Amino acid sequence: MAKTHDAVIHSRNIIRDRDPADRIFHGLVLFLSILCFIVILYPLWFVVIASISNSDMVNRGEIVFLPKDIRFYGFEQIFQDSRILIGYRNTIIYVLGGTLLNMIVTMPAAYALSRPDFKPRNKIMLYFVFTMYFSGGLVPTYMQINNLGLINTPWILLIMVLINTYNLIIARTFIQNTIPNDLYESASLDGCSHFRFFWSIVLPLSKAIISVEILYYAVFHWNDYFNALIYTSNNDIQPLQMVLRRILLQNEAFANGNGGVQGGYAQSSADQVKYAVIIVSTVPILCVYPFVQKYFEKGVMIGAVKG
Amino acid sequence: MTAAVSKKKSRGIGYYLKQDWQLWVMLLPAIVYIFIFCYMPMYGAQLAFRKYDYAKGIYGGDWVGFKYFTDYFNSAMFSTTLKNTFLISLASIVFGFPAPIVLAIIINQIRNSKWKRTLQTIVYIPYFISVVVLVSMLNVLFAKSGGVLSDFLKSLHIVPGNANLLGQKQYFIWMYVGSGIWQSMGWNSIIYIAALSSVDVQLYDAAKIDGANAWQRVVHIEFPVLVPTIMILLIMNMGSILNVGFDKVFLMQNTLNKQSSEVISTYVYHLMAPTTGAPQFSLATAVGLFTNVVNFVFLMLTNYVSKRVTGSGLM
Repeated sequence: MAKTHDAVIHSRNIIRDRDPADRIFHGLVLFLSILCFIVILYPLWFVVIASISNSDMVNRGEIVFLPKDIRFYGFEQIFQDSRILIGYRNTIIYVLGGTLLNMIVTMPAAYALSRPDFKPRNKIMLYFVFTMYFSGGLVPTYMQINNLGLINTPWILLIMVLINTYNLIIARTFIQNTIPNDLYESASLDGCSHFRFFWSIVLPLSKAIISVEILYYAVFHWNDYFNALIYTSNNDIQPLQMVLRRILLQNEAFANGNGGVQGGYAQSSADQVKYAVIIVSTVPILCVYPFVQKYFEKGVMIGAVKG
Repeated sequence: MTAAVSKKKSRGIGYYLKQDWQLWVMLLPAIVYIFIFCYMPMYGAQLAFRKYDYAKGIYGGDWVGFKYFTDYFNSAMFSTTLKNTFLISLASIVFGFPAPIVLAIIINQIRNSKWKRTLQTIVYIPYFISVVVLVSMLNVLFAKSGGVLSDFLKSLHIVPGNANLLGQKQYFIWMYVGSGIWQSMGWNSIIYIAALSSVDVQLYDAAKIDGANAWQRVVHIEFPVLVPTIMILLIMNMGSILNVGFDKVFLMQNTLNKQSSEVISTYVYHLMAPTTGAPQFSLATAVGLFTNVVNFVFLMLTNYVSKRVTGSGLM
C-alpha cells in the first residue's frame, strides 16, 4: 500500500497527472514490476539458500526465505569429485577453441558478403540462408559425421556449428552499415587488397560486432549439450553440461573420488550436492554477465535491423 | 557513372575471378563447411526412401518409396507426436508471445531510472541459465513433496493437494511453457524496449495536453509503435510451429509424462537411439524429413501472407 502511495507522489512530481486513472496505472506498473522482480529472482535465490542449508529442512519445505543451519557439505563434495573438474576443463576448451574457430570462419565470410561490388553475394547468401530453414535431419547428419570419422572425438564438439547463419547475417549487416564503401574504394586505389583492408580497417572498426559474435558463440558452446549427447559417449571428452545432466537429472551417484554408491549416502545429502552443483556451474556465466550485458543488447538491435 | 557500369557488365567471369579471388578465399571455409555438414546430409535424407542396410551404407539400401512415411502416418505415434508438438508450440506462442510485450511496456513506464535498470538486469539473467540447470531447478522447486513452488501453488489451491507437477501428464505443457516464459521473457523484451525508446517524447506531451491518461497513451502511442515488430516476430514464430526444441523437452521427459511430452524431435531421437531394440534409421529419417517439409511449407505460407498483408516478409 505504501508503495502505491510512493508511486502516486512520484508520478505527480514528474508528470503532474491529475486523472485518477493515471494513479491506478502507475500503481499497477509498480506492482507488476515488483511481482516480476520476485518471480524472476526467487527461484535463483532459493537455490542459493538451499545449497547452504540443512538439507533435511530443505526437503521438509522449511527453508523458504532465509538459509537455516548453514553448512557447506555440498560444495565440499564437489571439490572432491573429479567429474565436475573434467567437465569444466572440457567445456573451457570447447568454449575457447570453438569460439575462436567460429570467429575465424564467420568474420571473413561476413566481410566478403558485405561487399556491394561482389556480384554473386546474393546467391551465396541464399546458399547459407536456405540451411536455416531446411536440413537433412538428425539421422543423415549423424551418418555424415560418422563417415567423416568424427564420432566420439573432441573435434566434433569444436566444429559442430562452425558457422551460424544468423550470426553471419548480423555480422554482414553490421559491416555493411558501419564501414562506408568509399573507404574501400579509396584504399584499393592505393593498392590495398581485400585481405589487407579486412585485417587493418574492417576488424578494428568492428569491435562492437566482434564482441557480440564472441558472446553469442561462447554462450552457445557453454550451454550446448545436444551435440555432446548425440555425437559423443566417452565421459572424458564430454562437456560440463553432460556431466550436469548425469549428476542432476539421471541421479548418477555423487561420491568421494571414484564414484559408486557408498554406505550412508543419503538422498537428502545428494540433493544438497545438486544445489551446490547448480551454483558452481552457473556462477561463472553470471559473473561475466554484467560486463557483457550491453553487448547482448547491442546484438539484438543489430539483428533486428534485418528482422 | 553509366559508362562505368556498362563497361563492367561486359567483363567476363575471368575478370571477376581475378578481381574477387580474395573474397572467395575468405568465403571458402564457410562454404565448404556448410556443404559438408548441411547439404550433404540433405542428400543423405534419401535414406527416408530406402531400407537401411548397414553393410551397403546410407545410399545402398533398397528403394522402398514412401513406405516409411506411411508407416509413420499409420502408427499410433503419429497423432501423439503431432498433437503434442502442435499443442506445445501453440501454447508457447499464445502465452509466451505477449509476455515480453507486456514486460517491455512495464519497464518503459517505470519512472525511477535506478529501479528500471535493476529490473532490466534481473529479467535477462535466466536467459543465461543452461537448459540442464533449468530443468533440474524445475525438478527441485516443483518436486511432489517438499518442492517450495509446488507447495506454494497447492496452498493457493491452484493445483490439487496431491498433484505431481513433474509426473502427471496434464501439467507437462504448463511447466514447459511457464519455465520458457521465465527464462526468455526478459531477453525477448529487449527488442520491444528498443522500439519503445524510439517514440518521440513530444508525442507524450501532446497527448497529455489533449487530456489522454496513462492508459490511453499506452494504447494509442506505444502499442502502435510496437505493431511492426510484433508482426515480424509473430510470423517467424508461426513459421516454426512444428519446431519444438529438442533440448528442454528431452530433459523434462520421464516415463510418467511421456504421453504428453513426446514431440517429433524427441521421437526421432528415440527411434535413432532406442533404449531397447534396434535403431530404426530409415523411419527416423522419414519423420525428420516430414517435419522439415511441413515447416518449410508453413514458413513459405506465412511469408507469402505477410507480404500480401503487410508488404514486408522475411525473404
